[in-house]
Amino acid sequence: MPELLQVKDLETNFRTNEGIIHAVNGVSFHLKEGETLGIVGESGCGKSVTVMSMLHLIPSPPGKVVAGQALYAGQDLITMKDQEIRHILGAQISIIFQDPMTSFNPVLTIGKQLMEPLEIHQNIDKTSSKERAIRMLEMVGIPNAGERMGDYPHQFSGGMRQRVMIAMALICNPQLLIADEPTTALDVTIQAQIIELVKRLRDELGMSIIWITHDLGIIAGLADRVMVMYGGLVVEEVPVVELYVNPQHPYTIALLSSLPRVDELGHRRLASIDGLPPVLLEKPSSCPFAPRCQFVIERCWSELPPLLPVGVDHTAACWVDPGTGKERS
Amino acid sequence: MTTNGDLLVIQNLVKHFPIMRGVIFQKQIGAVHAVDDVSFSIKKGETLGLVGESGCGKSTTGRAILQLYRPTSGHVYFQGVDLVQLKGKELRKVRRSMQMIFQDPYASLNPRMTVGEIVGEGLYVHQLNQGKEIQDKVDALLEKVGLDPAYANRYPHEFSGGQRQRIGVARALAVNPLLVVCDEPISALDVSIQAQVINLLEDLQGEFGLTYLFIAHDLSMVRHISQRVAVMYLGIIVELTSRNEMYLNPLHPYTQALLSAVPVPDARIERKRQRIILTGEVPSPVKPPSGCRFRTRCPLAKQICTDQKPEFREVAPDHFAACHLV
Amino acid sequence: MGHYIVRRLIYLAAVLLVVSAITFILMHAVPGGPFDQEKRVPPEILANLNRRYHLNEPLPVQYSRYLYDVMLPHFTTNPPKNTVDNDFLINFRISKLWVQWMNFGPTYSSRSRTVNDIFRQQLPVSMQLGILALFLAIATGIPLGIMAALKQNTIFDYLGMSLAIFGVCVPVIVLGPLLVWIFAVEMKVLPASGWGSTPPFLFGVFPQTLGWDYFKFAILPVVALGLGSSAIIARLTRATLLQVVREDYIRTARAKGLLERLVITRHALKNSLIPVITILGPLFAALVTGTFVTELIFGIPGMGRYFVTSITNRDYPVIMGTILLYSVFLVIANLVVDILYAYLDPRIRYD
Repeated sequence: MPELLQVKDLETNFRTNEGIIHAVNGVSFHLKEGETLGIVGESGCGKSVTVMSMLHLIPSPPGKVVAGQALYAGQDLITMKDQEIRHILGAQISIIFQDPMTSFNPVLTIGKQLMEPLEIHQNIDKTSSKERAIRMLEMVGIPNAGERMGDYPHQFSGGMRQRVMIAMALICNPQLLIADEPTTALDVTIQAQIIELVKRLRDELGMSIIWITHDLGIIAGLADRVMVMYGGLVVEEVPVVELYVNPQHPYTIALLSSLPRVDELGHRRLASIDGLPPVLLEKPSSCPFAPRCQFVIERCWSELPPLLPVGVDHTAACWVDPGTGKERS
Repeated sequence: MTTNGDLLVIQNLVKHFPIMRGVIFQKQIGAVHAVDDVSFSIKKGETLGLVGESGCGKSTTGRAILQLYRPTSGHVYFQGVDLVQLKGKELRKVRRSMQMIFQDPYASLNPRMTVGEIVGEGLYVHQLNQGKEIQDKVDALLEKVGLDPAYANRYPHEFSGGQRQRIGVARALAVNPLLVVCDEPISALDVSIQAQVINLLEDLQGEFGLTYLFIAHDLSMVRHISQRVAVMYLGIIVELTSRNEMYLNPLHPYTQALLSAVPVPDARIERKRQRIILTGEVPSPVKPPSGCRFRTRCPLAKQICTDQKPEFREVAPDHFAACHLV
Repeated sequence: MGHYIVRRLIYLAAVLLVVSAITFILMHAVPGGPFDQEKRVPPEILANLNRRYHLNEPLPVQYSRYLYDVMLPHFTTNPPKNTVDNDFLINFRISKLWVQWMNFGPTYSSRSRTVNDIFRQQLPVSMQLGILALFLAIATGIPLGIMAALKQNTIFDYLGMSLAIFGVCVPVIVLGPLLVWIFAVEMKVLPASGWGSTPPFLFGVFPQTLGWDYFKFAILPVVALGLGSSAIIARLTRATLLQVVREDYIRTARAKGLLERLVITRHALKNSLIPVITILGPLFAALVTGTFVTELIFGIPGMGRYFVTSITNRDYPVIMGTILLYSVFLVIANLVVDILYAYLDPRIRYD
């Protein structure tokens, strides 16, 4: 299958009062057509910034992409001008965001906001536009879709708003859907509804998905491949089943052991990771996880490990083999 | 009343918030039925998990127990004494023995007080210690929760979310409470920090013999830390049983749906799972559905569910559920 | 919403009652009467004057008389006489019955003028000045604020905000004469004082004609008066727009590929106008009821000076009249602002 998106050595910085925060420090990944890639990490690891910065969606006075390229359909999204990328956003690449409460304009109706991508990208008349919008609302499971078009965002519940957000993202039939933690703010049963909805739409419409989350549970059922991030770097890239069966990066391993599982019968003390995530005022020249790592060796403190092959389609940025505790050859 | 070894016995607890309307004179036209007849008990040293989604009333229950909201009706027997009947000075005295840890580590600490002042305030208010003694006790507490006592002079904004939550724990423990109500204490924290705080809570429970009411929406974490779990929906408890029984043999359809919805960090399991997807939205707590409240979303609902409110009863040893169909 | 408006109007009546009572008490609590100041008046004449204006009656009686004249409509079968005692603001006829309402009384400073005359002849001038100044303030303040916010921390921002600070800091009493000196004395392109329209007014408020002859008198005072308000509006617009532009829904709009220009006009502006509208209410009331200094500097025959001079002159009817007028404007302006909120922000609903 052809490559839809190829990102190479992406680096993004933020200028702040305390100094320059190196949020993304050389991230590379690729996405095939029809594939679902999960990007997993905790807050501050750079997962959202990676994707948002390549789409020109980070606030540009403090934030800036300082290196790298992101090839989409042959064009580099990063060097594109703002005017050019606007043709792609909402039409070929759509995004659904985390907080359905604040992601809608409170003073405009849902209908107006939903039809906006059609107005921007497709030249169809108002009536057809409205019809298509109503159909999308029905597709995402909003009852009384026709009447609801004139309602305002605050008249919808969180789960409903997220469905409308999905409808809005898919209304122009994009090739790539980016989901930035869209279910974090939702209840678990609503989260299940939304995920089932996205999976169904994915099968029907055949889009590729990048799903950004901190939840290692959701990603297990959604993604084909997973990318784990820490300190602005990719620390492990692996097909999804392998991630849980044979994690190779100490951070991934520690993260998995710190999670309680609902299907566990006995009581296992959670393995906590001491310390705090790094602040990234300097670009990491050695492994950012070293201070918290249980497998750390000399080399980790002086050299930044690249992504090394550790299995089939499986890479990890670590000098140590966690199975043996010794350095990889 | 005899409570046979139970530290806390909740009987028919009700908390309604009135809705007022009116042009000049306001009158009550309805109420939000936040907590609508809830009963359970907790033994000394035990952790009871109270789990449910947003709007189910679990936080309100926690606060009504601590009398932070005065219950509309019902009884809260703490060490045999009904807290609902207590007022003023008597109630203040009892507050020493029951404390709360709050959800938002950023909002629940006064930004204008130093950490030392925050942790020591309870000691000062209840006149448990004076002067230097307070400082010693504060230092000891900070160490116990894993913070450097030298930080006692700093302000909350200088700490991370996880550290702030530890400060909250230290504050709650300062007055040697018997019962600690943890109201979503880790929801706002990163995953790797959540484990740190949970382990801390468990260690402290072992050391001081604390009793916890652990309120959260994360069923995985609730099952991990609790011995028994109660599931709430729209103001009532729908199921209450031990943590293993809840997973192995969930009886109430809502519990089943909830368990089905919780993702498991294991791709082989997740990819094969058939989920029970609930339809519709949670009804409004202003006008809860007649009969069984869950019937509007229940895949198994029958006519009796509309007509009759199901009784919360023991359907198996130490296994309570409110459903006509079990 | 209807309920809400009715409730607010009832509150308006209550506010006016309370304001009139407090003002009345304070007025009479200050020592001295309206006729003591001038040349020594023989005691018989003083007594006559006091009797004529009912100032010898006990205070509660005077107050009740005032309320009767102002707040209650009068019904009479006699056709209205146009005397100083009988000048009502509203007169109409229902077959044989005459209905009259709102007699604010005579002014003590003249034998033939009433407060209603002042309202009819000088209030419109102040209103015209005020409305023009408000218009200028909005038309310059909002765009300036928007530009400063969109080009934050650039030369446009710094220049714009410096201008705003200048407008806020330099008072009319300095700016006014400065403008007069530059444009009227040195360059001689604009008149130094006066106003371009006289009674009668269109619909009781507006000038009859709107040519250069009108505007040449208006330009300098409107700029002098409007600049300060413009500055306040610019700073507020900038602050709220800066905040709104960082909201999540703006990011959503950009993520849909919307042109930046439309992101601002369609999504950001409506949300950022709400705080600006808040201050427009009181600002409108203040500007429209007359500004003493501006009118003095530019020799404009407006109402402003009555607010100040009536107190020193102990001109009781004028004091009461001007204060009640200001209260009415203020309360109604705030009510309009609140209704505008509900129109702008669908989350706000009044019951």
